[in-house]
This record gives sequence, structure tokens and C-alpha cells, in this order.
Amino acid sequence: MLLTMSGLGTGQQPVTITYWQYFFQSKVTLVDELIKQFEAQNPGIHVVHENFPYDAYNQKVASAVPAGQGPDVINLFYGWVPLYVDGGYLQPLPVEAFSPMEIERDFVPMVKNSKFDGKYWALPTAVRSLSLFYNADLLRAADIARPPITWDEFLTAAQRTTVRDAAGRTTTEGFGVSPAGQDHQMIREVLFRQWGVAPYSADGKRVTYATPQGAEALKWYTDLITQHNVGVIDFFPGGNGYRDAFIAGRAAMIVDGSFAIASVRAGAKAAWGVVPLPRRTLGGERSNFGSYWVHGITVHAQGPRREAAIKFLKFLVSEPVQRVWLQRVGELPASRKLVDDPQLAADPIYGPFIQGLAYARATFFVDETAQRQVLVDAVNEVVVNNKPPRQALDEAAAKEQKILDEFWKKHTGK
Amino acid sequence: MRDSKTAFVYAALGAGAVVVAFPFYWMLASALKPLTEIYDLRLIPAHPTLANFTEVLTRTRFPRWFGNSLIVAAITTASVAFFDSLVGYVLAKLQFPGRGVIFVMILATLMIPTEMLVIPWYVMSSAYGWINTYWGIMFPGLLSAFGVFLIRQFMSGVPDELLDAGRMDGVTEFGLYWRIALPQIRPALAALCIFTFLGNWNAFLWPTIVIQTANMRTLPVGIALFSGEAGSAWNLIMASSALAVLPVLGVFAVLQRQIIEGITLTGLRS
Amino acid sequence: MGLGTRRALWAYTFLLVPLLFFLTIRLAPAFSALYISLHEWNIISPSKPFVGLQNFRLLAHDPSFGRAAVNTLRYVLVGIPAQIALGLVLALALQRINRFRGLFRALYFMPFVTPIVAAAWVWQWMYSQNFGPLNGLLAELRLPLQPFLRSPAQSLYAVTAMTVWQFLGFQVVIFLAGLEAIPRVYYEAAAVDGASGWRLFRHMTVPLLNPTLVFSAVYGTIVYLQLFTQVLNMTFGDQGGPLASTLTMVLYVYQLGFQRFKMGEAAAATAVLFAVILVITLLQMRVLSKPVEY
Repeated sequence: MLLTMSGLGTGQQPVTITYWQYFFQSKVTLVDELIKQFEAQNPGIHVVHENFPYDAYNQKVASAVPAGQGPDVINLFYGWVPLYVDGGYLQPLPVEAFSPMEIERDFVPMVKNSKFDGKYWALPTAVRSLSLFYNADLLRAADIARPPITWDEFLTAAQRTTVRDAAGRTTTEGFGVSPAGQDHQMIREVLFRQWGVAPYSADGKRVTYATPQGAEALKWYTDLITQHNVGVIDFFPGGNGYRDAFIAGRAAMIVDGSFAIASVRAGAKAAWGVVPLPRRTLGGERSNFGSYWVHGITVHAQGPRREAAIKFLKFLVSEPVQRVWLQRVGELPASRKLVDDPQLAADPIYGPFIQGLAYARATFFVDETAQRQVLVDAVNEVVVNNKPPRQALDEAAAKEQKILDEFWKKHTGK
Repeated sequence: MRDSKTAFVYAALGAGAVVVAFPFYWMLASALKPLTEIYDLRLIPAHPTLANFTEVLTRTRFPRWFGNSLIVAAITTASVAFFDSLVGYVLAKLQFPGRGVIFVMILATLMIPTEMLVIPWYVMSSAYGWINTYWGIMFPGLLSAFGVFLIRQFMSGVPDELLDAGRMDGVTEFGLYWRIALPQIRPALAALCIFTFLGNWNAFLWPTIVIQTANMRTLPVGIALFSGEAGSAWNLIMASSALAVLPVLGVFAVLQRQIIEGITLTGLRS
Repeated sequence: MGLGTRRALWAYTFLLVPLLFFLTIRLAPAFSALYISLHEWNIISPSKPFVGLQNFRLLAHDPSFGRAAVNTLRYVLVGIPAQIALGLVLALALQRINRFRGLFRALYFMPFVTPIVAAAWVWQWMYSQNFGPLNGLLAELRLPLQPFLRSPAQSLYAVTAMTVWQFLGFQVVIFLAGLEAIPRVYYEAAAVDGASGWRLFRHMTVPLLNPTLVFSAVYGTIVYLQLFTQVLNMTFGDQGGPLASTLTMVLYVYQLGFQRFKMGEAAAATAVLFAVILVITLLQMRVLSKPVEY
């Protein structure tokens, strides 16, 4: 390949590459502007920006593959990457442009999750972690002096802010439970770990949470619903009902990701704040779940388009872009340096999320849909069918192990 | 009112209508609530506002989505009305070898969920350059087995004597369908048009897959943009859904008289 | 050329374009789906080895598949009779009245035109244990509150109620068209014979409505056996309802094929579903269809 990296001169056809992401107004507007900037800096490259409804994004991308359609640079949820890598849809990031050493030096530790078979396959502009959102007005009204630091304080706060009507129906829940929302991530990477068990083996191939400690962690969570009655599943309808309830002032606390900040800000009438996720004891282990959306280069990008795609990707994950992303979209930057910015750490809303990033782990998903369902079902078995938590957990572990085994059996490694 | 039985019917219909139309009312009421009140569950908005409608109409590409949907739905409905009624007529009124097999074959196409066909359609569209075009959005819906089945059932009720009489008058084979049989089943045809229009109007999966650019989006695809990772803007979804209903109600209003005040069997429509 | 041959030729001429359409757009892709069911077909993977009946075996061992199958049959057995009965009663009532006809028809048609996203949201609120009017009414009457969508035992029926509600408008329109197709002369003749009320209904209206009833039962069954959008929207957070209690075959296929990318197994499930629908439909047509005698 004799193509030079220094752009194509005037008088030649511009190279056109396509970029896909899911629709989110602030992201779409920002990327349109960023593309203009990029094209100004790179006169030989033209970038076409296409975006699709979030709910059908994975289906859209997947359908494009057998049709031989698709973009050159693509935005994917990090949890989908192993599937796409195994399907041969992504190209590994070339080491010359994206050296693993530099990646590990510049990006937050979580990003190591996109290393697969010793190569990096995609990189993020922004990352997220979980925190505890709390309704300051409700806490104050319940005489809670400050937001909880430990899970015991959390339980007390939840109990005191739960309100029931004359017929015994909960009208305000202390904690917006949502197993299918962020709670299953919280159970996996926060509760299990804090109760003393790692959810998976280091190589990600074995499920290790089916232990007495794991069962205790699960029981603690389900007790919130069945024993203490501080949370109701599907309190508000819809997949994001827990957040809707918080925004409506009907849930005193929720565990949610930093991507929710804009929504909460736009809709909440009451005073609200954010604190880091609680832990078991004051000095106890801290843990968090992090996730991120990555940009990767697909197999469609060949020849001059590949060079252009590499440039565009480098641009997308560069520090200036991350900075403006934080301002305009409100998502945490993926760069260590930016994340360590003391101003950011001191921000009342972003601070707790930044803190969480330091010890956040991103679960290595081989089949996010199925793995999520396993834990959601386990919670439902305990809550609805009164199954003993240990039994539900054992069954969940068996199901999840099957999913992992199936993936690793086929994955021969490249 | 003639007798107490009729009065009872009116009362029951009224009560039933309230129950049945309630969710629709709630949708409208929610559309008039500002975002901060969308969950307050009041039957009558505390601070009704048209802000959601203005936002949908002026700050999104709603008019464009609406126009695209209108084009696709109108053309598809016309195509289905013609082809399905023709096929239904042939299957019901003409004798020829293979008639039963063909009917079952067409019926069988109803038994495969669209979800499974979407990928072959996409591969086909990619090969022929139909992606992101009106044709690409429309082609799977231009004929429907549902229509063929419906029309065939109603055509079988058209007396053969009428057709025989037409034949003796020298009417062509096509004329027998177009001028004699078709007017007899106007109610069914009107019903078919309503349902085809509606089905097309609300189609989501295939349009999402075949549409690439913002300006080709149809209504359901556009409305889906109000949902995202950080939840759904229910106030905008309700407002846009309310607006999206208008054309369908319009089609229904126009066609429902055809269904009800249909014609009697005496005489031919000119 | 004989009359019959000429008619047959005309028939085939008229059918040419439509048949071409159905073959290329509906049947050919369906056959490719059958082909896919015999391969290990991951949407995004280039390697798709032939695996014979392995996908079918995997389905047989997947408890969710069995669950989806049983649920789907339940939806049909509960939903279709309810829909047809309610639709017919309503259509007869609507035919009977003289005033406000347009208004009533429009009101009863509303559910069918309400976008599913909006309708499902409203219905979920109605079923809500803590906020919904249904449980509010139960509380007023001092009856035990019901979990509805949160209960694996009740959720399927809760979704069925919503689905019947939604299709009511469709069913009513079909029956109105069918009732309208009965020529008035027959009613006049029957009146002369002194027939009225229930006897009239049972011995004249119903038999003359046979094509419409057959259509409603057959088409309704085909639709309910492929129920998908309603279930998806009513259980968006935990798709398929708590512990797969509302899961349908098509939702199962969708999750398997489009979320987990296992198209081979999804195609196998589609093949099974198709076979079931075909058999049920043919049986229904044979048993229900009666030639109309005038």
C-alpha cells in the first residue's frame, strides 16, 4: 500500500467514508459540527454521518452485515464488540496509529476491555459509570441529614422516604429498583464484589458468583423489594420507569449511569444530587460498573477509505473532541488526563461519577442480551416465585456458564 | 328511540365507548402536559400547553416524516386495493386448474412473520440499489395476502348470475371484475383500504432497516427517535402519536360510509 | 379454444404480476429462511456451516422455546373467541342504532389507530399496582390488589386484554362490512316469514356471515399466532414478561435472531411456527367453511 498518510492533494477525488451512530440529538448535532472541523483539517476526506433510532440500532447494524452494507467507522456498545469481532466485522486497530502502550497510558483502565486476542478493536470518546442519584427534598423531608455512604444508611434512607397510601399502595418508593435497568450491572460488579466474590474468573470464561456470599448479596438486593418494601419493580411503566419515577419525584434514590444526567436535569422539579455508590462499611471495598460506546473500523474500510477511517477515528477519540463532548453531550471523557482534572472531580454532579471511574469495571459480555436476562430472571424468581436466593443464583450461574461456554468454544482466537 | 331495547343498546354502546376510547383520551391529555407533569396521572392536565405539539412540528423533521409516510401509505394502499381485489376476484369467481393451490400458497405467505423476511429483503435491496428509496420502503407492501383473503371471501358472496348476465351482455373478463364484481364488494374494499393504510402508516421494522438518511424517515421511525438510552420523551411521543393518528382517522371517516351505507344488490353501479 | 380454457388463460393473465410478486418477495425469502434453518447462521459471521437438524434439536432443548409455544397457543385460545364475540356484538349493536352512528364507529375504531407505543404506555399505567385505576377500583371495593403485568400467572391475560382491545376496531369493521353484504331482501323475506330476533340471527344472519366469520377466525388466528408488537411494547423492560410468561414465538424468534444474532435457530423456530400455522389454518378452513346457500 503506497498511500501516504498526508492527505490527498487538491485536484483528486475526495475519499468518502461513512460513520454510523445511534440518534441522540446532542450527539448528532455535535458530530455534524465535528465533521465540518475534521473535513477542514483534512481536505481530501468527506464524512457522511448517518444515525438510527436507539431501540433498533443493533438490529440495523446487524442487518447491514449480510447485505454487505454498512459504514466505515461505526459506533458500538462495548458489550457487542466480542460478537462483532468474532463475526469478522471489525478490523483491529493498526498498531502504528493506535499503539496499545499509548492506549493504556492515555485512556481510563476500563478501556482495556476492548482488547481482545491481544489487539485493540475499538476506542471510546466517552465513558460512563454508575452513581446514586438522590432527591434532596425527599431526603430532607424524611430527616435524613446527608445522602448515604454505606448500604445500611442507604436502607434507612430508603425506608424513611417510602410512602404508602391508605390502601397500602406505595406512592413514593425509597429506591427505584430496576433489575432490567442498571441494577443487574450493580449486582454483578458492585454487590457481588463488595460481599466478597468476583462475578467472573479473570479470563472471563467462568461464572464464579454462585457462592454463599453471592447469595447473600442477591438476598440483600431482593430483600429491598420483598422484606423492606422500599422498591417496586415496574413502579413506573417502561424500561426506564425507574428514572421516570425519580424525575417525577416518586423515587427518592436511583442507581443510574452518567448518561442520565441530561434527562434528569431536564425533567426533575425537585432538588437532586449525586453521590458515589454506597459500600458495605465506611472503609469497605468500593466498586462500580463502567461502560462505554466505542468507535471501530469495519471491514468495509479498505484502501484509501481505511486511511481516512483511521484518521477520523483518531480525531474522534482525541482530547479536544473529548473535552467538547463533555461540555455539549455531558458524557465523561475517556482520557485519563481529562478525567483527573481537579475541576471535574470537584463538580457536584460529575465528581461522584469520576470517582467511580477509578475503580469501575466493565463486564466482559459475550451476549449482553442473554446475560442480562439471566440475572433479571434470578431476581424475579426470588421476588415473584419466592425461590431461595441461593437456588436462584445457582440456576442463573448454570445458565450463564452455558452462554459463556458456547461463545468460547467457537472462539478459536486469532 | 323506538323502544327500551334500543335505549339499552345506546347506553351500553356509550359505556363501552368510554372504556374503549379512554386510553386514546389519556394519550391526548398527556400530549397537552408539559414534561414536568407527564407523570402526574391527572385526567385533566393541570397546566395544558401546546408546547409539545409546537416542538414536534417545528423543532423536528415531523412534517417530512409525515409526508414520507403519506406517500408510501397512499401508493401502497392504491396498489393493494387494485391487485388484491383482482386476485381475490379471480380466486373466487373463475374456475381454473390450480386455483386451490394458488390460494393456499398466497395464504401461506401470511404465515411467515415479516421479521424473518427483513434480512433477505435488505440483501435484495442492497443488490438492486433500492436502499433508502421510496420504492425500497414500499415494495414489500404492494400486495398483501390479507387483502387477497378478505376480498376472496367477499367475492364468493357475489351471485354468479350477475356475472353471467354481464357475460351475455358482452362485458370483457376484466370488465366483469372492474364494472360488475368490484362495486358489489365496496364495503370490503373500503375496509381493506383502511387496514392497508393503517398497517403501512405504523410499519416500523422494515422502514428502520431500509432507511439510511434523516430525510427519508417515515413517521414510526421518526417517533422512535424520541426514545433513547436515557429514556423516552413521553410528552413528545404522545404529541407526535396524536398528530400521527389524524390522517388515519381521516381515511376512516371518508371510507367508513362506504362500509356501512353500502349498496344493495339490485342494480349495477355505474 | 374452449370456454374453460379461455377463462383459465384470463385467470392466469390477471394473476401473472401478483404471483410474481408473492413468489419473489414473500416465498423466495421464506425458502431462504428454511435453508438458513439448516445452517449455523450467525448474522454477522461469514462462516455458516451446514448443521442439518441441529438447530431444531437446540430448540427442543431450550425451555424458552417451549414456553413461547405454550404461551402463543394460550393467546389464541383466549383472544380469538373474545375478539370475535365482542366484535360481532358491537357490530350488531352499531347496525341497530340510528343516531350518532359515525361518532360511535369512530370511538370504537380509536384503539386500532392508536400507535402501539402510546397505547402500551397507557395500558401499563392502567394495570399499575400502585397508580392504576384498575387497582384503584379494587382498593375502593376493598378487594385484594392484583399484580397484573407483574405476575407470571396474570401477565399473559393482561396482554391479551390489551390486544383484543386494540383489534376490536378491526373486527367491528370486518363484521360491519359482512353484515352490510347481506342483501336487505333477505331480511325482508324473513320478516314476511315471521322470523325475528334470536331465530333470525341464528338461522339467517350467522350462516350468511359465514365467509366473514371464517375470515375472522382464520385470519385472527394467523395474527395471534404471530403476536409480537403488543407483547414487546407492553413488556419493554423485561421483554417477554416476568419469567417468560408473556413470551410469544415471534418475540422469541426476534430475540434469538436480532438480539443474539442466532439466525439459524431463529429460522428453525420460524419454520416450526409456519408449519403449525399452516396446519391450524387448513383445519379451520375445512371445518368452518360452509358454502353459502341462498
